[in-house]
Amino acid sequence: MPLLEICQLKKSYVTPDGGTLVVVDVPEFKLEAQTQVALSGESGSGKTTFLNLIAGILAPDTGSIRLNGLELAGLRESARDRVRATTIGYIFQTFNLLQGYTALENVLLGMSFGPGADREFAKTLLKRVGLDAKLNHLPRQLSTGQQQRVAVARALANRPKLVLADEPTGNLDHTNAGESLKLIREACRENGAALLLVSHDREVLAQFESVQELGKLNRAAK
Amino acid sequence: MTLPLIVAKSLRQHLLSTVVTAASIALAGGLLMAVWVVKTQSNDAFTKQNAGFDAVLGARSAKLQLVLNAIFHLEASPGNLPWTDYEDIAKNAAVALALPIAVGDNYRGYRLVGTTTNLFSVEHAPGRKYRVAEGEEFAAGYMEAVLGSFAARQLKLKVGDKFHPYHGLNFDEKQKHEELYVVTGILEPSNTPADRVIWIPLEGIQNMKGHDAKSAAEISAVLVKLKNPIAGRGLELMYNKQGNRLTFAWPIAQVVAELFGKIAWFDKVLELVAWLVAAVATGSVLASIYNSMNERRRDIAILRALGARAHTIFLAVVLECAAIAVLGMIAAFAVYLGITGVAAHIIRTETGVVLNAFAWHPILAWAPAAMIGLSALAGVIPAVKAYRTNVAENLVPVS
Repeated sequence: MPLLEICQLKKSYVTPDGGTLVVVDVPEFKLEAQTQVALSGESGSGKTTFLNLIAGILAPDTGSIRLNGLELAGLRESARDRVRATTIGYIFQTFNLLQGYTALENVLLGMSFGPGADREFAKTLLKRVGLDAKLNHLPRQLSTGQQQRVAVARALANRPKLVLADEPTGNLDHTNAGESLKLIREACRENGAALLLVSHDREVLAQFESVQELGKLNRAAK
Repeated sequence: MTLPLIVAKSLRQHLLSTVVTAASIALAGGLLMAVWVVKTQSNDAFTKQNAGFDAVLGARSAKLQLVLNAIFHLEASPGNLPWTDYEDIAKNAAVALALPIAVGDNYRGYRLVGTTTNLFSVEHAPGRKYRVAEGEEFAAGYMEAVLGSFAARQLKLKVGDKFHPYHGLNFDEKQKHEELYVVTGILEPSNTPADRVIWIPLEGIQNMKGHDAKSAAEISAVLVKLKNPIAGRGLELMYNKQGNRLTFAWPIAQVVAELFGKIAWFDKVLELVAWLVAAVATGSVLASIYNSMNERRRDIAILRALGARAHTIFLAVVLECAAIAVLGMIAAFAVYLGITGVAAHIIRTETGVVLNAFAWHPILAWAPAAMIGLSALAGVIPAVKAYRTNVAENLVPVS
């Protein structure tokens, strides 16, 4: 059974003029456990909405999202929060680190709402991403590349089955982007997590064995 | 662990508004507690304060004026009464002790009260007499004085010092008497109005040069201790109902209670003002947190994306408001001690009645509880806003 199985998924928004804008219309998508798949998508292809639906941040209008055997589409918001806290790690393009929290605290928060805070594991993750000397640094005291690595550690903090990465290298320079992508892939592999990454960067996509085009997958894509 | 961390971080991130809001809570909470404690303690202190006497006999007047003058050494004397009235009541079978007093002079604003050495055998509290702590008692007929402890401290007089009394109850440098009094003793603190009095022999006031000659055979009032307090009923009937020349003020506590009854409306106004200030302070918690919700939206969205449930965020905001109130109420105790200390000093200076800012009062528990509860309640409104924060919209722009 696939880790993630999506069927007839639709999400639309009401436009300011009262009309309906369909953003996601994905008839079918599957992702096996511990695999790594890249989705190529240009701006406006609905990639963030698609990931937010999988993460349970958004509820679909219709369709099915089956994650680890659990149907997300029918769950209440609090239940989706719980699934996200225990099963999913999320790496954002803008990292979304909490600015008032240290690197260690950011990682600890990544596990606090799920399996519970494990200080040693958090330190291990930060060490894995090369930040064992920066545990008590605030995000503003870290370089962009280091912030990205904290975000990677945080995404793995709750020992997720699935890591979602939304343009994770979009804010990094060429060198950092390559290193960061390598780190994300290795860290997911080491932790037994599947990786679903969306990007429009051809160099990033070229690193993946399995690449799907979101523009074809999503019938609503512009 | 997570909730306290989120609350602590948020308090720190919004340090300035946290400090300002906590300060407003501190002022309001301190004022609320101080108003209650000063009000109830002064009410208790005055109504329970009889300086060791059950009643006062004086010239026909309002009982309250008589008690304020003879017991609290405030107000003017309503008039004099002949020495024979003292002799009559002193011989009454119901009376355990009668102490004549005469007033009319002061030393730098502190009253000189003439009396007999019987003063030193009066118990102002069970087992505690007016005892001379330093020096010795004055001797009848001599120009000697025993100072109450507070008066001695304020006037910086010690045993052996000499002073000229001044005529009248209010200090006027032009009204200096020729007589020179020597301080023979200083009373042990009694926490009664007697602490702010300069006690001299009765004859001193009666025969002071410049006083009306006929006052030599008169006194201002008689302080009465009854063998049985209930016996005051008979004396009250005798003096107040059957005669019209004298007033027998009994029981003292009831007379003073009437004063507090008359100014009860003022208490109510003070209470209302204190509550309004408390309401405004808790409103400031609401305003402060609510106004910061826009800048918090991103953090809230990130926490939600990490799996924090909406009700966790709701609770964090409510707890943050309560935490501000907790910080404020800790500081409020300093404000409370400051206000109560100043009020106690003024009341002691003016009346000799002692208030204890450190004494326990239930308001010291329920005011913090009420302020924290109200602040938490005020936090519900921004918490609802936080609860409804749209995660996807505030996390990343939709592409």
